[in-house]
Amino acid sequence: MELNINGIRQEVDIEADTPLLWALRDTLGMTGTKYGCGVAQCGACTVLVDGQPTRSCVTTVDTVVGTQITTIEAITDDPVGRKVVEAWVVNQVPQCGYCQSGQVMAATALLKETPQPTDDGIAAAMVNLCRCGTYNAIAAAVRDAAQA
Amino acid sequence: MNQIHTDVPGNAASHDKPFNISRRGFLGTVAGALVLGVAVPGAIRPALAQAAAAAAAPGTRVPAFIEIRPDSTVFFRSAFIEGGQGIFTAMAQIVGEELDVDPANFVVEAAPPGPDYGLIGGYRFTGGSFSVRSSYDLMRKLGASARGMLLQAAAERLSVPVAELSTEPGRVMHAASGRSLAYGEIAEAAARLPVPETVTLREPKDFRWIGKPVERLDIRAKSTGKTQYAIDTKVENMLYAAVQHSPRLGGEPGSLANEAEVKVRKGVHSVHRLPGAVAVVADSWWRARMAVEALQVTWTEPAAGTAHAMPADFSSAGHMEKLKATTGDGVVFEEQGDAAAALSSAAKVVEATYDAPHLVHGQLEPPSAVARWNEDGTLELWIPNQAPEMFQGDAAKVADIAPEKVIIHSPMLGGFFGRHFLYQSANPYPQAILLAKAIGRPIKLVWSREEEFLRDTLRPMGVVRFRAGLDQDGNPTAVSAVAVGEGATGRWFGRQPDKVDSSAVEGIAGKIYAIPNKRIAQIHVDDPAIIGFWRSVGHSMNDFFSETFFDEMADAGRKDPYELRLELLKDSARHHTLLQAVAELSGGWKRGPFAAEDGTRRARGLAMASPFGSEVATIAEVSLSDGQVVVHDVWVAIDPGSIVNPRVIEHQVNSAVALGVSSALLEEVVYIDGLPQARNYDGYPILTPDMMPRVHVRIIESGAPIGGIGEPGLPGVPPAIANAVAVLATERPRSLPLSKTTFEEKKA
Repeated sequence: MELNINGIRQEVDIEADTPLLWALRDTLGMTGTKYGCGVAQCGACTVLVDGQPTRSCVTTVDTVVGTQITTIEAITDDPVGRKVVEAWVVNQVPQCGYCQSGQVMAATALLKETPQPTDDGIAAAMVNLCRCGTYNAIAAAVRDAAQA
Repeated sequence: MNQIHTDVPGNAASHDKPFNISRRGFLGTVAGALVLGVAVPGAIRPALAQAAAAAAAPGTRVPAFIEIRPDSTVFFRSAFIEGGQGIFTAMAQIVGEELDVDPANFVVEAAPPGPDYGLIGGYRFTGGSFSVRSSYDLMRKLGASARGMLLQAAAERLSVPVAELSTEPGRVMHAASGRSLAYGEIAEAAARLPVPETVTLREPKDFRWIGKPVERLDIRAKSTGKTQYAIDTKVENMLYAAVQHSPRLGGEPGSLANEAEVKVRKGVHSVHRLPGAVAVVADSWWRARMAVEALQVTWTEPAAGTAHAMPADFSSAGHMEKLKATTGDGVVFEEQGDAAAALSSAAKVVEATYDAPHLVHGQLEPPSAVARWNEDGTLELWIPNQAPEMFQGDAAKVADIAPEKVIIHSPMLGGFFGRHFLYQSANPYPQAILLAKAIGRPIKLVWSREEEFLRDTLRPMGVVRFRAGLDQDGNPTAVSAVAVGEGATGRWFGRQPDKVDSSAVEGIAGKIYAIPNKRIAQIHVDDPAIIGFWRSVGHSMNDFFSETFFDEMADAGRKDPYELRLELLKDSARHHTLLQAVAELSGGWKRGPFAAEDGTRRARGLAMASPFGSEVATIAEVSLSDGQVVVHDVWVAIDPGSIVNPRVIEHQVNSAVALGVSSALLEEVVYIDGLPQARNYDGYPILTPDMMPRVHVRIIESGAPIGGIGEPGLPGVPPAIANAVAVLATERPRSLPLSKTTFEEKKA
């Protein structure tokens, strides 16, 4: 199967029902995308598939052939992604940081779709779990990124 | 690079000043790397460190911690593990302040095992909110000593007296001649010099970085997916492993009905029986996991006498009933006056029983272990851990080799909250060691979230019975409490039958109120679960019990809970100030009920706690929505004595509030027939973004001895919430989590 990840075509020899997460982490060695729960509860594995935030732990590779997949490894290649990362740094968002790849991807997807989201819009889009409780900092950073 | 073979110093150095191994001629250089300090190949590090134990007191040997690179950046080995609490940045601030290097120019990693790093009474762990408070003075002296050596080296290079030199960040300056030298230019020469006999520390009023909101060192990497957690470790030629554990601890794998089929699945390397588990090794973790979960395993019943075997009939509800039915006065932990007499002569007696459930840690990074046996007989482990030497010792037993042959790497932790102490049945590394040995290749073992829910250690279940006596004016004259259950400290560090494990009563004992007669006791009842330390340990539930009961006392005596606390703290300036500070932060104490702008009816609750050397006062504002509790705002005033980084403190308080709200409202492990009912977050909800309250923090530096930061923000949160709920609801919350109860609102 051929996957288009961060603009690069990658051949993977794995079962069609393998979750994209494990194709990224084990087959391709791209460990920026995290495994948290495996059942689409936490969002640590969020990547963009054709711009849509997608939980890669429950997305099988056969369903993303022919799509454009974007992962955290390429986040600063995107102008919106760069703004989000800068806002994350300014707001000192991460604590343990384990969920933050997914948070940054979710925020980037939101701001690419809706450059000036309302607070309700932010709340509706930023639903990934953070056990460190960085939620207030995340919301502040998304607001900042929207202003940047 | 920058690796230097070195021998062990042969003679003892002074124990009261940093010890520089280079002065005895052991320091060398390679490839132009001029270093203050040495980096030695991993394989010999433990041996070096252990041999050095005789030579230097922990925290004093400069090269064990500080390496100045040619570009004048500092590579620093931290005794403490970073897991989000900001300790790497704190170390850079503290050492950088005295060394005169901007913390931004530090690269910090967790140190390998070794006696140099036993900064907590000779021991080393990251927990108990101990890191900064146990090492602050030592790390300042360490930085000052290294600076002194750089000054001396510069004096020799420039042929001027040391007294004419000063430093600016990263440079030694000679004002008279206008010359200067970068630290990186003189690091090698400095390393050859004796350690200064005495060092002068900076005056706190001159601090540039300590006490300032310095940016964390780990933020950009964590915001771009570049941070390597244990689970991200890759080593050459490794295979992946997944396990299926015995559903009940103590069971062993019997027959594997379909082993032959599983062995021939694509990518599968081998199938293994392990103590209490089965494992599949494969060329990807997903294949290993699918295969191990396909295995049809018959589990044996635990052999008679198996320690901590999970009983087949264990249920959370049954154990709670047992704790509640356990009567008696218990073993006294704290006593003042004569509580029994005061209670018998009280005008009014208030009684209540409280309880809290088992909890999981729920850190987002699932446990993992990478194990590699090296050709030289060493074993290398990359493992999430809060105590490298303890893991090294245990791994050596599992591997049946000497501890110094076990090399421990301690990567950044993807959350911990007490999860990564040495809890044998809850740590994956013994399995990884055995598997790597069996297949002769490195192994990366990851526990699925479901296996983690099965084997995580749990916060102990707790029940407390309270009685309080009030005089005719409603003032408390006596408090008596009996805690029933087991503490985590006793479980892991030994319990004396005639003594109370302080972790079982902290937060019930050690309260600050001037109540003349007190008796705080405990009845030990074994907890059938594998219990562990959970952020703020006993305080995480005990302050809920005691502070919520405080409000019951206040209500029974017709006193306002804020005014009563002020009255009972009138002789303690520190606490009085703190309580007034949190009230002021919240715009003035108001209990409610009151109508908020959005039309909801709200109330506020208050709690105070004294955890881990800090003092905390907390106010929470809540409303009820369809009988469920909504937390809108939490105000926290925290007095840790003195501080290192106010921004990190604010973020740690936010984090503690989040976990406090989550535990108060949502979290509960439920066992039925020996099995946990939740195996993932879908069955064990944790706080979601929409439930997060606004958090307002005020830091007070009273000048008291420095206290902890990582945990102290938590204990006040559940009782502040419960005390607010008590104002609104017809029923007073006495049992967590609050989501179990559909609260009915009092008529206005």
